[in-house]
Amino acid sequence: MFQTLVHNPVLRRVGGAAGTLLGVAIFVFIMLRAIPGDQITAGLGTEAAALTPSQQAALERYYGLDQPLIVQFFSWLGNLFTGNLGFSSRSQQSVLDLTVRSLPVTFELAVLAIILALIIGVPLGMLGASRPDSPRDAVSQAVSLAGLSVPAFLLATTLLSVFAASYGFNPNGRGFAALTADPLLNLQQMLLPSIVLGFGIAAPIIRTTRTAVLEIRSNDFIRTARAKGVPERRLQFRHVLRNSLVPITTMTGLQFGYLLGGAVVVEQIFSIPGIGRQVLLGIQQKEYALVQSTVLVIALSFVIVNLLTDLLYRVIDPRVRAS
Amino acid sequence: MSVTITGCGAQSAQPAATAGKAGGNLVVGITTDPDTLLPWKATQFQAVSVLQNIYGTLTEFDKDLAVVPGLAKSWEASDGGKTLTFKLREGVKFSDGSAFDSKDVKFSLDKIKAEATGAVARTSLAAVTAVEAPDPATVVLRLSAPDAALPSNLAVVNMAILSSDDTEQSLMKTPNGTGPFALKERVASQSLKLARNDSYWGDKAKLDTVEMRVIPDENSIVSAMQSGNVNFAVFNSPLVAKTAAGPNMSVAKTPQLSYHALQLNAQRGDLKDVNVRLAIQCAVDRQQVLDTAALGEGEVTGPVTSPAFKSNADDRPCPKRDLSKAADYLSKAGKKDGVTLSTIVSQGEYATSVDEAQNLKSQLAEAKITLNVEVLESGAFVTRWKAGDFDAAVALNGGRPDPDGMYGRYFTSTGNLNKVAGYSSPALDALFAEGKASTDPQKRKDIYAKVSKELENNAAWVWLFTSFTYTTTTSSVQGFVPMANGSLQYLRTTTIN
Repeated sequence: MFQTLVHNPVLRRVGGAAGTLLGVAIFVFIMLRAIPGDQITAGLGTEAAALTPSQQAALERYYGLDQPLIVQFFSWLGNLFTGNLGFSSRSQQSVLDLTVRSLPVTFELAVLAIILALIIGVPLGMLGASRPDSPRDAVSQAVSLAGLSVPAFLLATTLLSVFAASYGFNPNGRGFAALTADPLLNLQQMLLPSIVLGFGIAAPIIRTTRTAVLEIRSNDFIRTARAKGVPERRLQFRHVLRNSLVPITTMTGLQFGYLLGGAVVVEQIFSIPGIGRQVLLGIQQKEYALVQSTVLVIALSFVIVNLLTDLLYRVIDPRVRAS
Repeated sequence: MSVTITGCGAQSAQPAATAGKAGGNLVVGITTDPDTLLPWKATQFQAVSVLQNIYGTLTEFDKDLAVVPGLAKSWEASDGGKTLTFKLREGVKFSDGSAFDSKDVKFSLDKIKAEATGAVARTSLAAVTAVEAPDPATVVLRLSAPDAALPSNLAVVNMAILSSDDTEQSLMKTPNGTGPFALKERVASQSLKLARNDSYWGDKAKLDTVEMRVIPDENSIVSAMQSGNVNFAVFNSPLVAKTAAGPNMSVAKTPQLSYHALQLNAQRGDLKDVNVRLAIQCAVDRQQVLDTAALGEGEVTGPVTSPAFKSNADDRPCPKRDLSKAADYLSKAGKKDGVTLSTIVSQGEYATSVDEAQNLKSQLAEAKITLNVEVLESGAFVTRWKAGDFDAAVALNGGRPDPDGMYGRYFTSTGNLNKVAGYSSPALDALFAEGKASTDPQKRKDIYAKVSKELENNAAWVWLFTSFTYTTTTSSVQGFVPMANGSLQYLRTTTIN
């Protein structure tokens, strides 16, 4: 019985994911408290020096900082199981409400960025692989190098100031519009940030595509197919690209996971109220519950994206299904 | 002896009326939204700016930070300065429609004084022993000792008068004040909208609404102004202000009350000797710190920065850098071969901090004074600063319109920040007491000039410079008056066309 539990791949994955999340929870909890200062000093700054001991004690009680750490940790963890992610005193809202509003925003941004990255990355990768070390390969390599080396904040500020100052195009200067409220304005506001993020992610996708295509092309079955007279176009798309999709999917899934937590800089510059900015604000204000719960939500999303990527393999690659 | 101050209605706190048509929505770009909506607990600049427009106070400041009537139309000191009687404005309403009277004032001041409330301005009421409301239009404050700074201290938003029917819990979400605007809606960390309060007691605001839009990156605010999405912003960075300069923008520079200083802790090591501290003062060229760390954007300063009491920046033992004098002081202290001390400095709280520390280090090195720089994350800096756990600290401290409110808490031996100041003396204690007891403005000016001299002659700290704020508006905006305390109270006279 126990043997089957351990060997059941689904249960093993779920167990692993739960372990990962618990590790993240403990790590974030400890790291946050290792940062000097707390919500009291974050809110009052140097004025905190003027607090009398009893005022200090009252504030600590209010923020729950008077409890031993272990109690703080388990009461937060216990609350999570009842769907209570904590309360943000700064915005006077529950962390759940804030997250329900900000996570879809980042999710949308990530999806758009990935779509753009695939549109740029896959064709360029194939182009480079079609004739290695040719001028066209050099072009694809150059784009990938630029994507890797131009920092997001630089590209973001440059695009923003060029479009705003020269063309008066700056949808991000207007109040943020949710996708459901004003789809057109929302997509305009997402345009530049998804270009910046997509350009950065296109780089690893170009490289992965190029390597994968080159490797598949050197396989026996491609030569056999060619000898059998399969048309070149069909050969490229049906045989080569389809078989290259496994590494490309892996890379895309990974990048998507990173985006969920790593779009902070772009969200700051383009005033996108996503989950990255939520964490950043929480850290600045030392809102412990807000940061802990939000990071956990991001980690959970990452785990789910990974699981979905695994499932996709099975669709793409019959060999995975067999194992 | 009694002094009566009477204002003539609301005009006293208004600059000359500007020609601009009423109505419209002004969009203000802010980098972060208020961290609290409770005026008694607000210290963050954005929170203060917003709440100032929603809540009223007994007294107010005019554009030069002189005290003028607010919810109190006049006040009178009697009993040798130990009683202060306020006559209240009548017919004033809170934005929820309820009436304002002396009951609300008594409730608010008692609450601010109560330790459990955690109000940041509690110490300003230290001398108040009782608040009485003999009739709906009168409030009497009984003091343990005269406190001439009280009217000025009552003008800050941390002394806002709340309705006695409200609770902290309700106000956190729904502010209810007597100010020229009321909160209309708020989306956390995105935007906040104020609407004109039509039952305001003074001249009604001209704008229909003010939207505070959160744009976290200052450069993005500039872009939003260039594309016409945002009309108004206040920047602290001269670099950002420079990029905002353009044909359709105007930038107004205002010296701030807050000041940059090298705080010295006279309780520690070699700094106990006044001659060592004076050597440090003489070895520092303030203009050079300002030029290298802040692009020269600011003014060198003495201790008191408030326009009405401003210290003469050159009134100190070394008005200009003087290395031979610094060497003399060091040998007087028996430290001919030099001294070593370390300074804490915060990283990330404001742009110039680390550059200031580096420049001070190199200047002091030329006078055989070794300054070790300890760069700390701002939370860690505040923790050490609060505890007075440093030899020296490169600090940017907030200023106040009244010098007693500004320095009494630091440099009197009983002040609650005296541990942080690291210096006090019987002479200073006496001067501060005298300043509190006198209600004659000219006499108070002389007293605080003496305080300033006493601080400089003993090199309690080395005051460096004040920065500017840059109020940036698009050409459609008129009638706003920037103030040294950074207040946005003149949004009430602002128009947009």
